[in-house]
Amino acid sequence: MKKFEVIEHTADMGIKAYGKDLAELFINAAYGMASLITDLEKVNPKDSEDISLEAENKEELLVSWLNEIIYLSASQSMLFSKFEVSEIDERRLKAKIFGEELDITRHQIETEFKAATYHRLKISNSTLPEGVLQAEIIFDI
Amino acid sequence: MAEEWKGVFEKIDDYRWLLPKKEGMRVPGLIYTNEKMLQHLRMDRTPVQVANVAYLPGIVDKSMAMPDIHWGYGFPIGGVAGMDVASGGVISPGGVGYDINCGVRLLRTNLKEKDVRPKLHDLISALFVAIPSGVGSKGRIKISTQEVMEVLEKGSQWAIKKGYGLAEDALHTEEKGSMEGADATKVGQRALERGRPQLGTLGAGNHFLEIQIVEEIYDEEIARVFDIFPGQITVMIHTGSRGLGYQICDDYLRVMGNAVRKYNISLPDRQLACAPVKSEEGQNYLKAMKCAANYAWANRQCIMHWTRETFERVLKVGPKDLGMVLIYDVAHNIAKIEDHLVEGKKRTLCIHRKGATRAFPVGHPDVPEDYKGVGQPVIIPGTMGSASYVLVGTERAMQETWGSTCHGAGRVMSRTKALHMIRGEQLQRELGEKGIVIRAKGYKTLAEEAPSAYKDVNEVVDVCHNAGISKKVARMRPIGVMKG
Repeated sequence: MKKFEVIEHTADMGIKAYGKDLAELFINAAYGMASLITDLEKVNPKDSEDISLEAENKEELLVSWLNEIIYLSASQSMLFSKFEVSEIDERRLKAKIFGEELDITRHQIETEFKAATYHRLKISNSTLPEGVLQAEIIFDI
Repeated sequence: MAEEWKGVFEKIDDYRWLLPKKEGMRVPGLIYTNEKMLQHLRMDRTPVQVANVAYLPGIVDKSMAMPDIHWGYGFPIGGVAGMDVASGGVISPGGVGYDINCGVRLLRTNLKEKDVRPKLHDLISALFVAIPSGVGSKGRIKISTQEVMEVLEKGSQWAIKKGYGLAEDALHTEEKGSMEGADATKVGQRALERGRPQLGTLGAGNHFLEIQIVEEIYDEEIARVFDIFPGQITVMIHTGSRGLGYQICDDYLRVMGNAVRKYNISLPDRQLACAPVKSEEGQNYLKAMKCAANYAWANRQCIMHWTRETFERVLKVGPKDLGMVLIYDVAHNIAKIEDHLVEGKKRTLCIHRKGATRAFPVGHPDVPEDYKGVGQPVIIPGTMGSASYVLVGTERAMQETWGSTCHGAGRVMSRTKALHMIRGEQLQRELGEKGIVIRAKGYKTLAEEAPSAYKDVNEVVDVCHNAGISKKVARMRPIGVMKG
């Protein structure tokens, strides 16, 4: 199964992420975003950060999750390449994300992500094989 | 994703199209454009976004879109909407955007092309050293969190006090570079943390610093007042509030998500989340947004200061001979509480300008003293291969668009498509052959920001001019471009 695909947007950028359940959907959305930021092959997942979030519903939880990663990345000058979700339901998430400090001699930043937006956001059943979830996320870049 | 829109536009005249009111919309939509650009709008969901804004509580007259309109997230880019504060009108962080007070300032000089051309490469290289740029760039200014809070409440005034520029710079800045009512205690720790290291940085994406030549004057009298003449070198700086603004927007979208439930507001798109201006949530956002706006003005003020220093050093001229005076600085992404006439009665409105520029007319109290007789300068950045403009605000803009006009060329091609079609190296070579020196952190940004990915800025400006919502004063073309 595809993890994600890039969708066209005039001013910004979007992805459509897939997953067999919420945990996988969230991991793939984060992976999709991260892979548009930099070449993940070059990011050594040697350091980690714990994330614990709450939101009103699964869509808001997804935006909070992606923006939490953007925040950690910006404030600590980190790149993340590996994502693990240990607990998740529609309103709560516990996760661990792995990466390393940005090193401009080795890492090339492809795109600056300002934020994941709530624009047209909906987590739904995919048109792909039965039971697969999908979410479209538009980012401000 | 980019499905074609099949709705109906009603033509009012050659520059105005009405988007009729349908169920859910409180007011109709109004798009300023021409026949040709209108066809582009049908290609994605832009008209739907104009209609969606018309759902917002308290919106008066029309949900408007300037000719550089394109598909955004929530509000369209190029959207203008006024909400009546007294009758429950809302403020929406999505109507301002993540890059709060992304804006542009234009500097004049006493220089001509012959003074700059021989040293152009050196100038661009020196600017790259003097002004930190690129994704996540960190600034030269080292300040404590406490001092960041002062930047947030004082804006350009803080920068000037610290020696970054001159007292008169503030007079030629929208809101004098320091919006009243900014309250740094309404800004979260995370935003402060992101803002601290980034003050005095250009950033990446569509942000730039450009050395230009005045190519054409359309109104000599007004150009004289702005001290612009043909063949003159000008400098344009385009950047915003960096990570601090993004974080404030994200933090308050979460607050507004809850406010929408609390005040029982029904919206067609979650990104339009909002709260009544008078509510606690609305007031807190407004106070925090003003902080980000002030930060952006301080940011452009510091960058301008280093630009002056760099020109003086590289060209070996003193400040007097250089004559690098700030013509004006405008915000492109902002919400303002302003008084306007609605059906002949004065009302206090919350004006959202999402990718639009304030364009106040002759005599307006918010226009600087020395420009009162001609109107507020409107600075329109084009693309690195085309042109930029100076316009002035008009009385007609005051009557029709809450004193607003366009903000730039407006994209027509997605970044992904631009990357498929255009190679950065080749573009740099082609523009180089046209005498435009370009330096960027990466070729990818160059390709994404290629002139062909944008609408024709001349056409966009002509619509504003012909519709009467602003008036052309001068056009500049780039000769040196620094991209983040």
